[in-house]
Amino acid sequence: MEAMEAMTVPAGKAPAVRKRSAMAQLTVTELKLFARGRAAVGLGVSLGVPLLLVIIFGGIRSFKTPVRAYGGLTTLDVYVPILLVFALALLSLVAMPATLAGYRELGVLRRLKTTPAGPVRVLVAQLAVKLAVAVLAVVVLVAVARLGYGVAVPRQLGGFAVAGLLAAAALMATGLFVAAVSPSAGVARGVGAIVFYMMMFFAGLWLPIPNMPLVLQHISHATPLGAAVPALQNATLGHWPTGLQLATMAAYAAAFGLGAARLFRWE
Amino acid sequence: MRATACRCDAEDMSAVIEVQHLHKSYAGTVAVDDVSFTVERGEVFGILGPNGAGKTTTVECVEGLREPDRGDIRVLGLHPVRDRAEMTERVGVQLQEGRLPDRLTVAEALELYSSFYRSASDWRELMDVLGLAGKARTAFARLSGGQRQRLSIALALVGNPEVAILDELTTGLDPQARRDTWELIERVRDRGVTIVLVTHFMEEAERLCDRVALIDAGRVVALDTPATLADRVEIAQRFQFRPSVPLDDGLLEALPDVAGVIRRGDVVMVTGNGNALNAVTSLLARRGIIARQLRVEQASLEDAFLALTGRHPAGEQAGDQIKEA
Repeated sequence: MEAMEAMTVPAGKAPAVRKRSAMAQLTVTELKLFARGRAAVGLGVSLGVPLLLVIIFGGIRSFKTPVRAYGGLTTLDVYVPILLVFALALLSLVAMPATLAGYRELGVLRRLKTTPAGPVRVLVAQLAVKLAVAVLAVVVLVAVARLGYGVAVPRQLGGFAVAGLLAAAALMATGLFVAAVSPSAGVARGVGAIVFYMMMFFAGLWLPIPNMPLVLQHISHATPLGAAVPALQNATLGHWPTGLQLATMAAYAAAFGLGAARLFRWE
Repeated sequence: MRATACRCDAEDMSAVIEVQHLHKSYAGTVAVDDVSFTVERGEVFGILGPNGAGKTTTVECVEGLREPDRGDIRVLGLHPVRDRAEMTERVGVQLQEGRLPDRLTVAEALELYSSFYRSASDWRELMDVLGLAGKARTAFARLSGGQRQRLSIALALVGNPEVAILDELTTGLDPQARRDTWELIERVRDRGVTIVLVTHFMEEAERLCDRVALIDAGRVVALDTPATLADRVEIAQRFQFRPSVPLDDGLLEALPDVAGVIRRGDVVMVTGNGNALNAVTSLLARRGIIARQLRVEQASLEDAFLALTGRHPAGEQAGDQIKEA
């Protein structure tokens, strides 16, 4: 009680309500909305599906025996990075564009334009929330794969982080671009899904890259996730990702990021 | 009360909003064609007009959401686009058809918007004042039209603005919710906030506004107090009757108070000013004609609207418009 009394506010002044900054409040709000809405389903899918696949693949005996075509890695080893980018891609290409295009459709961005906060901050808040969830998904997946099924944790952690962040940057820039060119949430969801499946094909979700015909392998390496998956694989084995892999992802991030910045409409 | 209050005292009687020769067109279509008006501190200023008249474009230019092609706008001495930061701090805006994310609750929306402003008012208190306290934890998607409107007004006021611009305040509300909203606006005005109200309801303007600008086809066609505008309404009077004996229309048209005569079968329809009925009945009495089935139509607000907006086309008289109608 004494401590409480010591804290009495100066006379004539209302107790100051601790107030978050606009940026912090927007981020908290976006996080709450994400956890609540259709996006929560997105979270479940983006984390749950890869997790389920790790568990299923981990239960298949043949997936845990080294394969010569994979340079001595097991099928499970090959799939862990694919499932990591699966989570990143689902968040960036399907969940985020639909949310942002929906905000524009509802007039949320326009309304924010009339406040001191402005609409850019809500974009930043979206990216922050999606990135945080993506990091969480990666940590959970790597942990489950390691603890449950003995998949090696990345030995080159720095390289792994750089490759992961560049992959996230390329995907989110693409997602922003989709949001920029889609007139409605429905269109954004559809376009995002198509881009998602194309990218996941080249990431090797259905046919791991080493198993693809040579032409497809080359095409694959020129896509953001076809660069990201081997880069993450390299880092897991203890090597730095190649400069070409990193440059490919950075180029996509820059190109689509600039494109989105030029084309994004607030209303 | 506000941090800016002292600064404002010096300019207390000055215009809060000045719009001069505003012009805006979209892809060749002229939306606003030379609109000028000033809004004084503390008044409720109405912008009235039919749909598509250019009301919303005008206020969007004032809000800084659009840049005019020509003309000059000052709000609290600020340029709406160039002085964006200061402008948004001091001007609260309610947009037509502005929605919020479906799952955002009332309390969350208010807390969020209050975090945007330097000197926000207590959002919990505002929630009480607007009768939304019971809905604090209700998601936007589950609010009724009236509740959404009140939340929208609350968000326009949470930054403690000196000026509030409210677009289509009560469109889509039921009569009770509309009256509640009007009371609310009166309370806001009593707190000293200058209010710009965009509406196409004459009744709303009559009840709330100190002055009204009537905009039609991108121009201001009348700018006055609602009482003065209402007086003009009475100019238009319309009545019909069946004369007991065939009557020459020319006799009626010759009367100075009569603006127009239309015949439908043996029914005669007359429009004119407030004295037209008197003039016509005495003419009929002098000639021993009985006006059967005499029906007088009170000029409705719609008529006033038509009469006033009908003044716009250059050179045409209001009377001509009524004659056509």
